[in-house]
Amino acid sequence: MPERDEPAYDPLQPGEGEAIAPTGQGGPMDLALDEAESLEKVLGDEPTGPAEKARSLWSDAWHQLRRNPVFIVSSLLILFLVLIAIWPQLIASGDPLHCDLSKSQQGSAPGHPFGYDTQGCDVYTRTVYGARASITVGVCATLGAALLGSALGGLAGFFGHWGDALLSRIADIFFGIPVVLGGLVFLSVVTSTTVWPVVGFIVLLGWPQLARIARGSVITAKQNDYVQAARALGAGNTRLLLRHVAPNAVAPVIVVATIALGTYIALEATLSFLGVGLRPPTVSWGIDISNAASQIRNAPHMLLYPAGALSLTVLAFIMLGDAVRDALDPKLR
Amino acid sequence: MGRYVIRRLLQMIPVFIGSTFLIFFMVYALGDPVAALFGDKAPDPATAARIRKDLYLDQPLWKQYVHYMGQIFQGDFGTAFNGQSVTDLMATAFPVTLRLTIVAVVIEVVVGITLGVVSGLRRGKSVDTSLLVLTLIVISVPTFVTGYLLQYLFGVKWGWVRPTVSPDAPFNELILPGIVLALVSLAYVTRLSRTSIAENVKADYVRTAVAKGLPRRRVVTRHLLRNSLIPVVTFIGTDIGALMGGAIVTERIFNIHGVGYQLYQGILRNNSPTVVGFVTILVIVFLLANLLVDLLYAVLDPRIRYA
Repeated sequence: MPERDEPAYDPLQPGEGEAIAPTGQGGPMDLALDEAESLEKVLGDEPTGPAEKARSLWSDAWHQLRRNPVFIVSSLLILFLVLIAIWPQLIASGDPLHCDLSKSQQGSAPGHPFGYDTQGCDVYTRTVYGARASITVGVCATLGAALLGSALGGLAGFFGHWGDALLSRIADIFFGIPVVLGGLVFLSVVTSTTVWPVVGFIVLLGWPQLARIARGSVITAKQNDYVQAARALGAGNTRLLLRHVAPNAVAPVIVVATIALGTYIALEATLSFLGVGLRPPTVSWGIDISNAASQIRNAPHMLLYPAGALSLTVLAFIMLGDAVRDALDPKLR
Repeated sequence: MGRYVIRRLLQMIPVFIGSTFLIFFMVYALGDPVAALFGDKAPDPATAARIRKDLYLDQPLWKQYVHYMGQIFQGDFGTAFNGQSVTDLMATAFPVTLRLTIVAVVIEVVVGITLGVVSGLRRGKSVDTSLLVLTLIVISVPTFVTGYLLQYLFGVKWGWVRPTVSPDAPFNELILPGIVLALVSLAYVTRLSRTSIAENVKADYVRTAVAKGLPRRRVVTRHLLRNSLIPVVTFIGTDIGALMGGAIVTERIFNIHGVGYQLYQGILRNNSPTVVGFVTILVIVFLLANLLVDLLYAVLDPRIRYA
C-alpha cells in the first residue's frame, strides 16, 4: 500500500508553473493535488476571526474532534495499542519466544485463545507482543520523516531560490524509486536484527512526501498579510518563520503525517513479509503473517489474528488522520 | 505544446540519473556481487580479482556507473544469474507484468470511478458513508493479507479460479491477481473521485446544465465527470509506475513470473545487472507516465494550455 506514493510532479514548482496559463483563482492544477494537500490553501488564510469570539483553529478543531465518534474510537484504539506496546505483560502473561513443538498448529485451547503456530508458539502472546515492533517503527519513522521533511520543505518554501529548486529535484529523485523495490535493495544487505535499519529506510524514502506538503503550505502561509506586516515591522527571518509562518503551516503536515504513520506500519509489515524488514527474534506481525501464509490451508487462525491486528492498527491511524483532517479543514463543514 | 514536452523531457534527465545512481549505489556499494557469485565459499583472491576486472568492478563507483549506463544505451543490460541475458529476462517478464497492470488499472478505473460517482452524488447518505468506511478498511488491510485471503477463498476453498498463475499468464488467469493488486488503489480512486464529484456538483456550470433541461445522465457524464476526473487521472498516472513496482508482492503470492518475480530473484541472488536493469526500466516507465498525465490535463481541461 505505501508504495503508492504522492504524484512525482509538483504543480507548485515555480519553474513548471509558468508553462501553464493561470486560470482564475488557484487554477485547475489545484485539483490535481491530493485531498490532504488541498487543505493547505484553506488553512493558509485562516486567521482567527476578530469579530466573533476569538477561537483559534486548534481549539476549534479540538472542539469538533471531541464530538466525532471516529476520532474517539480511533484514539482509544491507538491509546490501547501504545499501552500494550509499552507493557505487553498487561494482557499477555506468556513468553512470545516460548514454543512447544508438540502443539504445532493446534487450534485454540483454554488460556491460549488464538491457538498455536507452526513452531508451537502461542499466537495470542505473539500477536500482543507484535504491537511493539509495529508501533515503534511507525512512530519513529513518522517522527523522523516529519521532522526532516518539514524542516527541509519549510526552509525551501520560505527562502525559495536555488535551495528550493534543488530540494524539489532531490525529492523527485526519491519519488522515482518504488518504495518496496528500494526496500528490497537497500535492506537486503543489512544484517541487523533491530528495528533501526527499517526506520532509517522509511525516513529516507518518506521525507520527500512531507517536505512537499510542508513546502506548499509554507509558501501559502508566507504570502499572508500578517507575515508582510511583521516583516515591515522589522521582524527577522527566524522570528517570521517560527512565530508567524510555522504555526499557520503545520496543520497539513500533521494530517499527512498521521495518515503516513498507518501506511508506514503497513510498509514495515510488507517488508518483513518479504524477508527484508524486521528479523527474528523480533516479534513482528509481518514475519508471523509470512510464516502463516504457506500454512493457510491447514491453520488459517495463524494468519487471521496477526493480520487482523495489523489491519486494525493501520485502520486506527488512518481513521485518526481522516478525523483530524476533517476537523482542521473548515471548508468541509 | 512541443516545446513543453521537450522541456519536461530535459527536466527528466537529472531525475533519471539521480534515481538510477541511487539504486546503482545501493546495489554495488552496499552488496558485494563477486562474493555473492561464490555463495558461502571464500573466493580465490586471484579469480575474484579477475572477475572484478572483467565486470569493471575495480573502478571507482562513478566510473562503473558511467560505464554501465553507456552499455545500457547500447542495449546491453548484462547477464542474469542463470546465464541468460537480462534483456531476455525483460522480454519475458515485462509483457506479463504489463498484462497484470492493465487488468489492475481497468478494474481500478471502471469500479473506482463508478463507486466514486455513486457516493459523490449521494454525499452524506448511507450509501456514501458505508462506501467511505469500506474504502478505509480496504486501504488498511495490506496487499499481502488480502492476496492470501482471496487466493485461499476463491482458489482453494471454493475453487472458482486457479490459485496460481501458469507461466504464460493469460488475461483470464490474471483477473484475481489484478483485483488484489488494484484493491488499494481502487479505494483511493473511489475516495478521490467522490471528493471531486461532491465539490463540483455545486458548481455553476452543473446548475446551468440542469437548468438547460439536459438529461441527468448527460449532465453527469459530459459536464460533471469530465471536470472531476483531473485529480483521478493524476493519481492513476502516477499509480501505473507504483503498480508495476508494487506488483512484487502480488506476483509472489500468485507465483507470476513477471518483473517483480525476476527482481526478487535478482535481489536474492545478489545479481546486480538484473536489479539495476529492471529498476532503470521501471524508473523510465514511471517518469513517462507522469509526463503523460501532465499532457492529459490539457485534454480533460481545455482551460489548461501548454506554452
